[in-house]
Amino acid sequence: MGEEEGLHQTQLLDTMFVRGLKRKCIDGEEDIEGTLAGIKAIPSYNLQRQSLLDMSLVKLQLCHMLVEPNLCRSVLIANTVRQIQEEMTQDGTWQMINTQSTGQTSLDRLVSTDILCRSSREQAEGKQVPGYSNFNKDFEDDQTQDSSETMSTASSVQAPRNLQSNVWEMENAQENRGNFQKSLDQIFETLENKSPNSVEDLFSEVDNSYYDLDTMLTGMMSNTKMGHCDGLETFSSPTTTTSNSNCKSDLNELDHIVEILVES
Amino acid sequence: MKCFSRYLPYLFRPPSTILSSSCHAEADIISTVEFNHTGELLATGDKGGRVVIFQREQESKQQPQRRGEYNVYSTFQSHEPEFDYLKSLEIEEKINKIRWLPQHNAACFLLSTNDKTVKLWKVSERDKRPEGYNLKDEDGRLRDPSMITTLRVPVLRPMDLMVEATPRRVFANAHTYHINSISVNSDYETYMSADDLRINLWNFEITNQSFNIVDIKPANMEELTEVITAAEFHPHHCNTFVYSSSKGTIRLCDMRASALCDRHAKFFEEPEDPSNRSFFSEIISSISDVKFSHSGRYVMTRDYLTVKVWDLNMENRPMETYQVHDYLRSKLCSLYENDCIFDKFECVWNGSDSVIMTGSYNNFFRMFDRNTKRDVTLEASRENSKPRAILKPRKVCVGGKRRKDEISVDSLDFSKKILHTAWHPSENIIAVAATNNLYIFQDKVN
Repeated sequence: MGEEEGLHQTQLLDTMFVRGLKRKCIDGEEDIEGTLAGIKAIPSYNLQRQSLLDMSLVKLQLCHMLVEPNLCRSVLIANTVRQIQEEMTQDGTWQMINTQSTGQTSLDRLVSTDILCRSSREQAEGKQVPGYSNFNKDFEDDQTQDSSETMSTASSVQAPRNLQSNVWEMENAQENRGNFQKSLDQIFETLENKSPNSVEDLFSEVDNSYYDLDTMLTGMMSNTKMGHCDGLETFSSPTTTTSNSNCKSDLNELDHIVEILVES
Repeated sequence: MKCFSRYLPYLFRPPSTILSSSCHAEADIISTVEFNHTGELLATGDKGGRVVIFQREQESKQQPQRRGEYNVYSTFQSHEPEFDYLKSLEIEEKINKIRWLPQHNAACFLLSTNDKTVKLWKVSERDKRPEGYNLKDEDGRLRDPSMITTLRVPVLRPMDLMVEATPRRVFANAHTYHINSISVNSDYETYMSADDLRINLWNFEITNQSFNIVDIKPANMEELTEVITAAEFHPHHCNTFVYSSSKGTIRLCDMRASALCDRHAKFFEEPEDPSNRSFFSEIISSISDVKFSHSGRYVMTRDYLTVKVWDLNMENRPMETYQVHDYLRSKLCSLYENDCIFDKFECVWNGSDSVIMTGSYNNFFRMFDRNTKRDVTLEASRENSKPRAILKPRKVCVGGKRRKDEISVDSLDFSKKILHTAWHPSENIIAVAATNNLYIFQDKVN
């Protein structure tokens, strides 16, 4: 049922996003059912734009656990999100919602936007991020039907994932990542000054949450690392040239890796 | 619309056998196709890190109908999956690009690359074997030196042809981001490798260092809005190269100007058409492939819906624009949702730069004749092409009445995409990769 609705929504979005279609003036949110029975009304521009925004946020959020996400794709999606946000800001709808927001993000959100921005580049748009989530929430409250529909759109995009639990995982990881982020920053500052021989010293400062299997397996670590790659280049030669094993990551592998890192 | 087959300069026939792998595993998905400089060899790379090289059969009087068919010449594992321990990430073994070096002796050399490492492979034939060693016998067992009473000179005797591939150079650890292009310079001493944010220049003889010639990484990654999508050296001027971006721009750089070519010599961008503007405008303008013409006068770019030919002397707009599958313009949101909008199609020139070819969905590929302005849609599939039969042009109908033999937009199979094609450097032979099948079509021969 949810998937059908999602599909229906996308088809309507297709007609909506045909070239050159200017947005209609905001005259209050129209119901999808339409005012006249039997006529399939094109949903309001705001709703469609919101759906596209949600879809984009979900795309940024979902990542491959073991393989680095495609940077080009992430950048293009992030640019689309920014474009929507800019238009919303010009509309004034963005400002209106921002003033209503009180602060911290809540678990009820559809998407953990802090995370999704990190997946394209780390710590991107930090200050604007809380705005996304609250805008989402409030907008959903206004539209009684919308919450279910945007949910169904999102869930139809990636069937196997349960978004709510995903969000929760990321909330959990966020704290660990915060510490991890700090540690990484430390590492990269010192890397620029020190020689690679002082690896042991550097790693002794790393927060132990790095080695938490849970955080590793959620895959968010991989996304945050993507941006901090330069300093690690000097390290990649000792490790990658010796690693010629045809390995897929499993828990034993990760334990082994953790041992090596801790000992060094 | 008229069928263009009568006017088509090239009528393509599939060979008697269609080359494909027997099992349809994901590792067999072909990820790159490339003819060598003479067209005698055709290399394919796949998702499993393997390279398969086909060789064209020599013409023989006895079997004239088998003229010029391609058979497997060599198969080897180029790249293995790796694990980056520091980042806890897998490095895929998928071959992103293969580029041949021109041949100077009996051996052939090619560059193959995955996301992180470029390798130079030597492919050589062995058809003679030395026999008659003194210190070991024919089985390889060592002989007792005290038992040897006479000396003999080993001689070379013919043996069954063996083709062996050996890695001669490994160029590793120079790319933080995923390598999308490699290009051999016309000086044949250097080549470049490009990832999302940087381009490096290598000397074939030196593997432990490379020069960085383009770096578009912002100091603050939050400000990143554009990435490099493809790069290529000029075919004749060893100091000139181009690279394309995700914003639909092409930059031409001259390496004589400075060591770091962050400032372009020329900047090619087409102004946006305001009537076509949508939230997807930027995504569909992202260039997925850039190719110099053989003459070096033009550059061809492929974005999601079009192929454009640019004159190097005119930066403000392309010389020619060809619509590949404009009927998808109204479907962009669905294509965004299922990620098809991010598919990276390649494009190729024919040997004389008069025809350009690129792939589409539903195993269709398109050819555009630049002189006559005719275009044709062909399909690479077993069902629709009997061996030796001429390929029938295909047509997509956009709504309204669907004629017989036409296919409607909604019936297109978006999982069957032709991303990689290659054109023989001098003859009308094309190689088309359809997922894990390779099709080779040849021009009709009288």
